Amino acid sequence: MKHPKKMLRFAPHFPGDPATRLLTRLALWLALPLVLFVFWWLATANSENFYVPPLRDILSTFPEVWTWDRLRADVLPSLIRLAVGYTIAVFAGISLGVLVGSNRWVRAVLEPVLEFFRAIPPPVLVPVIMLFAGIGDTMKVVVIAVGCVWPILLNTVEGVRAVDGVLADTCRSYGITGSSRLGHLVLRSASPQIAAGMRQALSIGIILMVISEMFAASNGLGFAIVQFQRSFAIPDMWSGILLLGLLGLALSVLFRLVESWALAWYHGQRRAQRGPS
Amino acid sequence: MLLEVRGLKKVYDGRQRPVEAVRDLTFGLDAGDLVCLVGPSGCGKTTLLRCMAGLLAPTAGEVRLRDKPVTGPPPGMAVVFQEYGRSLFPWMSVRDNVELPLRNKGMARKPRRDLVAQALASVGLADAHHAYPWQLSGGMQQRVAIARAVAYQPDVLLMDEPFAAVDAQTRADLEDLIRDLWRKLGITILFVTHDIDEAVYLGQRVIVLSSSPTVVREVLDVDLPDQRDQLTTRSDSRFTELRSHVYAQIQAAKRAAVPFLR
Repeated sequence: MKHPKKMLRFAPHFPGDPATRLLTRLALWLALPLVLFVFWWLATANSENFYVPPLRDILSTFPEVWTWDRLRADVLPSLIRLAVGYTIAVFAGISLGVLVGSNRWVRAVLEPVLEFFRAIPPPVLVPVIMLFAGIGDTMKVVVIAVGCVWPILLNTVEGVRAVDGVLADTCRSYGITGSSRLGHLVLRSASPQIAAGMRQALSIGIILMVISEMFAASNGLGFAIVQFQRSFAIPDMWSGILLLGLLGLALSVLFRLVESWALAWYHGQRRAQRGPS
Repeated sequence: MLLEVRGLKKVYDGRQRPVEAVRDLTFGLDAGDLVCLVGPSGCGKTTLLRCMAGLLAPTAGEVRLRDKPVTGPPPGMAVVFQEYGRSLFPWMSVRDNVELPLRNKGMARKPRRDLVAQALASVGLADAHHAYPWQLSGGMQQRVAIARAVAYQPDVLLMDEPFAAVDAQTRADLEDLIRDLWRKLGITILFVTHDIDEAVYLGQRVIVLSSSPTVVREVLDVDLPDQRDQLTTRSDSRFTELRSHVYAQIQAAKRAAVPFLR
């Protein structure tokens, strides 16, 4: 039983004491970014192309462009809109997902519609939502929420449906029903799947954050990048893209930290099932 | 009588035709009984247990606990399932697992904690409160499930082949644990198993079931001394007689079932 599972293990196990192991992992983690950075640096070092300035210039522009004032004026509003939209999507997605996942009839009626909506690329929603919600913050928050809700919703449905039968029987026989069952059984057991949906939703959210600002806005990261491009401030534009990448990376690292804390039981159980490493 | 099964019948809607799993079962448990149900594999033991636990509605007949018909899982019943790995909450510590049904009952914190500590100590896991179930061996996980059932203080404890998935040595330990808990706490236990030795070793009474569609084939009083242990009891000549008798009954039950096979 244990051997096939062991073969599926993909996380490499590095030799050495914990400190060495950490350094090895860090080195591996940083290796490719470093190579890409050097490659970009060398490839553009003598670039005469107006649209592809040397990385050197982009980096020296970076601190000039992204001052604290700028961060407060453009990056903070973007992040707040992302946070609000994402939070709405998380709550809506999980509550709807629990409803759909635990009721066969609701599921039968809604499933085709849900699949249809999910198949619509979220950026398409921007012009449509602009018609209803105008071009202010509300529009951007709605765009982010509507785009993020699908992966969370569908993953929650799957997670709720996959609740173990023996655990469900255990709850029933101990009279654990209603909200207690929801909190202790359904949501907890679906949480790894919900987290997977939330991770997908986060990257969709970042994309929509930028896109919604590119259509119509008076501030925001996406707005700033488009402004730079239109005024031919090319190194500034590139520095905005770089910042966006760093922001996405920071958010995904933050997400992984929170996830590995909240789902410690899940990762521990999976390690235990794979056998001693 | 504490727990009664009267004329129980369960027919499943099969794909092509209805499948009669349990035909007609009538038996009962008095308070303080330790009864083992044994039958050939696939004789509908689990179906019967699920009906008794109120997890499955019978087609006909009824189950009564303290003279009240069982229509859903009754408050006075706890079930220990065979799949220990899937009956404990992997996201809760051992203590939280045992405590959850009590919290759900609305028991105050102090008596609840005491009861949990007592129950865990009684199964030999006094120092595992903060472990997660998946950090424990299979036998220890099943001990946690037993502690949870004991802490719940049920009128009747139903056990569905609880030791079928653990190794032989662990199994012997767990059998002794059940005898021990039963003697000390005076709980009423219905123990379902396919293992004849286990049924005779554990039970005060053994109910032998026929093959599916199931009926009661024999009710056997086990006249072995109350104090049992793996070495002397199992080599006792009376034990051997009883187990041979039950074995013969099960074989006869299987033979009787052969004409029904296609």
